[in-house]
Amino acid sequence: MLFSFFLQEGPANTTNYMIAGYAVIFGVMLIYLISLLVRQRNLQKDLEVLEEIQGEEQ
Amino acid sequence: MDSKPRLLTIIDIVTVVLLLIATYMVFFYAPQEAVMGDVQRVFYFHVAAGWVGMLGFIGAAVAGIIYLIKKDRKWDIVGLAAVEIGIVFIFINIVTGSIWARPIWNTWWTWDPRLTTATVMLLIYFAYLMLRQGIEDPDRRARFAAVYAIVGSLSVPLTYFSARIFRTIHPIVIGSGDPNATGSFDMTPMMLQTFMFGLLTFTFIFIDLFWHRIRLGRKADQIEQLRLKTME
Repeated sequence: MLFSFFLQEGPANTTNYMIAGYAVIFGVMLIYLISLLVRQRNLQKDLEVLEEIQGEEQ
Repeated sequence: MDSKPRLLTIIDIVTVVLLLIATYMVFFYAPQEAVMGDVQRVFYFHVAAGWVGMLGFIGAAVAGIIYLIKKDRKWDIVGLAAVEIGIVFIFINIVTGSIWARPIWNTWWTWDPRLTTATVMLLIYFAYLMLRQGIEDPDRRARFAAVYAIVGSLSVPLTYFSARIFRTIHPIVIGSGDPNATGSFDMTPMMLQTFMFGLLTFTFIFIDLFWHRIRLGRKADQIEQLRLKTME
């Protein structure tokens, strides 16, 4: 027990993997958020064009 | 388009604040795991992303059932929104799991039951999106999507229980898992608090994104109706 305590090494150096993991988490969430905003904007443009066409027809 | 509801704005703000606190807890409050080191911190958002993904797929199945009963297309919009969010978060879950596995299992990927069922689940819902694109008639598309989402949701419990039923090296942190699992650890109270707070935060992220995506779907539906009218 005592021996194993003295032989125990510190935690593995895995900081780079943690950074990569959180870059993926925040990166993907950000991309999805941007995609929602872009689609929202494009749909608004489409809606305006369609309403304009309908107005002209009437 | 109807203006943004006040409650949605409040949920937006609460979600951002919760995410900031959860991120702080992950990096500065939760202690470093004694063996795995910093990569263990990926676990907090990895599990939370899996939770959101599964919520999305189960939500899509519920929306599918309601659609088949009521035949109201708004439930198809809800189902699509749930699947899309589910895909995004299961993708995060799988990729972060792979990043964690590299230093712990010494490989980026292994065809372990949990990893395999999660990947199959993701592919099932990718197919859902692709197949929807191929159906022109909105009502037929909604009916097909509802049935598909209900059948596809069987993959959710299968994925969740795969690590508890089959022999696996995937660790089970909550409850008991395979003793041969590699990378298991016991959570200290501070780790548990961070984990639970992460789950709460991601539940808010789900509600927030879900609402926004439903609003987007309603707008797309409105445009589709207008287009059909214009073409007539």
